[in-house]
Amino acid sequence: MQVNEYKPLIVAFCCNWCSYAGADLAGNNRLAYPADVKIIRVPCSCRVNPMFILRAFQRGADGVIICGCHPGDCHYTSGNYYTRRRMAALFSMLDYLGIEKERTRVEWVSAAEGAKFAATMNDFAKTVASLGENKRLEDLRCKK
Amino acid sequence: MHNNKYLRDEIIRISGADVSKCMRCGKCSATCPAYDEMEYHPHQFVNMVECGDIEPLLNSESLYKCLSCFACIDRCPRGVQPAKVVEAVRLTAIRKQGANHITADDIPAVVDADTPQQLLVSAFRKYTK
Amino acid sequence: MQRVGVFVCWCGSNIAGTVDVEAVSEALKSEPGVVFSTNYQYMCSQAGQDMIKDAVKEHNLTGIVVCSCSPRMHEATFRKTAAAAGLNPYMVEIANIREQCSWVHKDVLTGTEKAIILGKAAVAKVNLNTPLIPGESPVTKRALVIGGGIAGIQTALDIADAGFEVDIVEKKPTIGGKMAQLDKTFPTLDCAACILTPKMVDVAQNEKIRIFSYSEVTEVQGFVGNFDVTIKKNARYVKEEICTGCGACVEKCPMKKIPNEFNLGMDNRSAIYIPFAQAVPKVATIDPNACNMLKNGKCGVCSKVCAAGAIDYTQKDEYINEKYGAIVVATGFNPISMDKFDEFAYNQSKDVITSLEFERLTNAAGPSAGKLVRPSDGKHPHTIVFVQCVGSRCESCAEKGKEYCSKICCMYTAKHAMLTRDKYPDTEVYVFYIDVRTPGKNFDEFYRRAVEEYGVKYVKGMVGKVTPEGDKLKVQASDLIANKQLHIDADLVVLAAAIEPDKSARPLATMLTASMDTNDFFTEAHPKLRPVESPTAGVFLSGACQGPKDIPETVSQAGAAASKVIGLLAKDKLTGNPCVANSNELMCNGCSSCANVCPYGAISYEDKEFRMPDRTTKVRRVAVVNPAVCQGCGACTVACPSGAMDLKGFANSQIMAEVDAICK
Repeated sequence: MQVNEYKPLIVAFCCNWCSYAGADLAGNNRLAYPADVKIIRVPCSCRVNPMFILRAFQRGADGVIICGCHPGDCHYTSGNYYTRRRMAALFSMLDYLGIEKERTRVEWVSAAEGAKFAATMNDFAKTVASLGENKRLEDLRCKK
Repeated sequence: MHNNKYLRDEIIRISGADVSKCMRCGKCSATCPAYDEMEYHPHQFVNMVECGDIEPLLNSESLYKCLSCFACIDRCPRGVQPAKVVEAVRLTAIRKQGANHITADDIPAVVDADTPQQLLVSAFRKYTK
Repeated sequence: MQRVGVFVCWCGSNIAGTVDVEAVSEALKSEPGVVFSTNYQYMCSQAGQDMIKDAVKEHNLTGIVVCSCSPRMHEATFRKTAAAAGLNPYMVEIANIREQCSWVHKDVLTGTEKAIILGKAAVAKVNLNTPLIPGESPVTKRALVIGGGIAGIQTALDIADAGFEVDIVEKKPTIGGKMAQLDKTFPTLDCAACILTPKMVDVAQNEKIRIFSYSEVTEVQGFVGNFDVTIKKNARYVKEEICTGCGACVEKCPMKKIPNEFNLGMDNRSAIYIPFAQAVPKVATIDPNACNMLKNGKCGVCSKVCAAGAIDYTQKDEYINEKYGAIVVATGFNPISMDKFDEFAYNQSKDVITSLEFERLTNAAGPSAGKLVRPSDGKHPHTIVFVQCVGSRCESCAEKGKEYCSKICCMYTAKHAMLTRDKYPDTEVYVFYIDVRTPGKNFDEFYRRAVEEYGVKYVKGMVGKVTPEGDKLKVQASDLIANKQLHIDADLVVLAAAIEPDKSARPLATMLTASMDTNDFFTEAHPKLRPVESPTAGVFLSGACQGPKDIPETVSQAGAAASKVIGLLAKDKLTGNPCVANSNELMCNGCSSCANVCPYGAISYEDKEFRMPDRTTKVRRVAVVNPAVCQGCGACTVACPSGAMDLKGFANSQIMAEVDAICK
């Protein structure tokens, strides 16, 4: 076993109606993606508070991805539009603070796109892994 | 199908028109006052440019029969701007040939008080690079 | 502190194949709050569920974590189990270690490691769970239908049939809508009046249905099951209960030169009028803009001739407040204005008409008593040109036309062309089309019959311009198949104008907080699976207000909307989703950020008294969430600048705890 191999820690927020179901479909079809991706279920991508993302980076996450329904398909009609706007603002601020833009992402994954979910996660994990560990916002006091 | 992709893309670029928006209604040709003079009609220009079938257009008299009245642009329900496509093909043909076919010095000799200004503008549009 | 029980499922070998379930249940034992942890082959089986119930009793559990398949699969199952064991069903959390772990990872070590982390996140969340109780609200067992066309009529009849009371609000003096103006209906060619007017009479005679004609909705408050609606009954200056509709007043009224809206201005009516013979209610209405008596107090003929004494010049607009459980929008459509299409000379020649005007021209009750004549000189037209897609599928000209296909024009134009050739075989009929779209039962056969049996000339191409010249209309068009430009001397040009939602729909949508698309069509809750419901709970859609529709489609949608309404009204109480937003009023500063992002209009503001530290009281404006309307998306929780807004079941603290557990 390679103990010292760097494994990124990725937090994925998935909306209950499209992307979480898309992730389930990826599972149903046994489409592999790295175990570094840990999914948190939220009712809608617009439930994702920027606070959660900051907290994740503070606690040592190396990448955060938010998945929602495709524009126009939101279960709550307009939630993903809010997500798009909010995250655009947040991500550029994070970029300014030294969290590279590649570490954060918003993706639209529908309940039918299991393959897209797996591909997205593979790609994102690869990108984040190539950037290395996130040390910028990490709060060492949180480390046990 | 796109037998001349470079020319096609160049003409689309010059014209600024989006030929893929055409829904083949033919309103441009229905509205064209020079229709009977033209070998290729406005809707054919749009279609042939879209398909990259440009050589026949470059060699056609139709290029110079278009009055540039822009009726087709005004009437097109999809905003394709057929007259601009015709003009772009014309410009491409002229650029292949070299000299300008009309200069400002030629104007005083042919102009009189009844000549509409748009005619002059259109003439420059058509016969210069 | 919670007392959490952890139950790890093997799912046969589905989970146990790549996850060491024993290790997972062992690792989670030491998590904060966990007092019991076990694993079993099939947690969702009866034996597995019994195991959970027993553990709840034995260990006095207050929270349950099930590490198993997706919550989309068995969350409901385990919530029921918890409820059966006497726990609040919302004290259950699922860690998805099948779809999102064992099935996507091949290596037992990584699988187990991830499963433990997912389990920890679920434990961290359940530690912060609170029992949730779904809100209940009563249902007013009466429905409101806005719009009295065929859509509204059918919806009202179907709801009344199930035994519920229905009110129809119609802004015109009579119900019937556009269908009442039509002559024949495709593809069977039965006459519109013959099939519509019996339905109108049914509505009038149904004890469960009330008609508010010449009325409009001015205010809507409340939410699903409990709408509070204000209806404005415009003064018609005739006592509705007394008027017998005999028509004596209409005959004697001296003001006879008012353009008749029902015939689209092609003939005149009097200032006091009944729109058409079969109007429901058959009551006269005075047009206040035309009546001399109302304008300057000189005349009064109608009140003199009215044997029943129904005329009342002093009548005022009346406002009615009524409660409803459900609202059906059936506001319908109108043809767009042809004013901006100069090329077709609609405003220059009386002989260029729209298809709806053509309907009136061929209708036996129309201005020409059903004889097809030119509106300008009353002569029989010999060459008729029909132009399709006028203003439809128009992308560049947003200020003129519409981007969508109006759907019904292909069929009614085929109908018009066929009927013309049938009645007047000496006329030449051209139809200019871009595409002929006939998806519908017996539709394409109908169109082909127009061509093959009736000899209608279909030309692929568009009309470029129409020029009136003498008593002819010069039509210049292209024939794309023959690659020719056509010049036709026509006697009559009929434009198949695009249709658009009624202008009253936009303000109504604002009142209902129902969403609309950019074309002002109402949006459905789901384009495929919930086509007759608005995303706003309790608001339903019927007919062309949701998108262009023909009559059969409208009627089937009307029935579908009615069945949804009946399903709602049949309930005594509505149980909501308890995972809704709630505002901490101590932190709320009443900034309205949350209400601005709420897609459902679930947030309102109240002035509340607060005790200050210095024992004074202060009134502050704070947000209040209506749990019956909130759908729990959480948009407001993020918009709230003071952190006062939170979502039950997905609270900030809970998601934060999950993040922490994952990032440890």
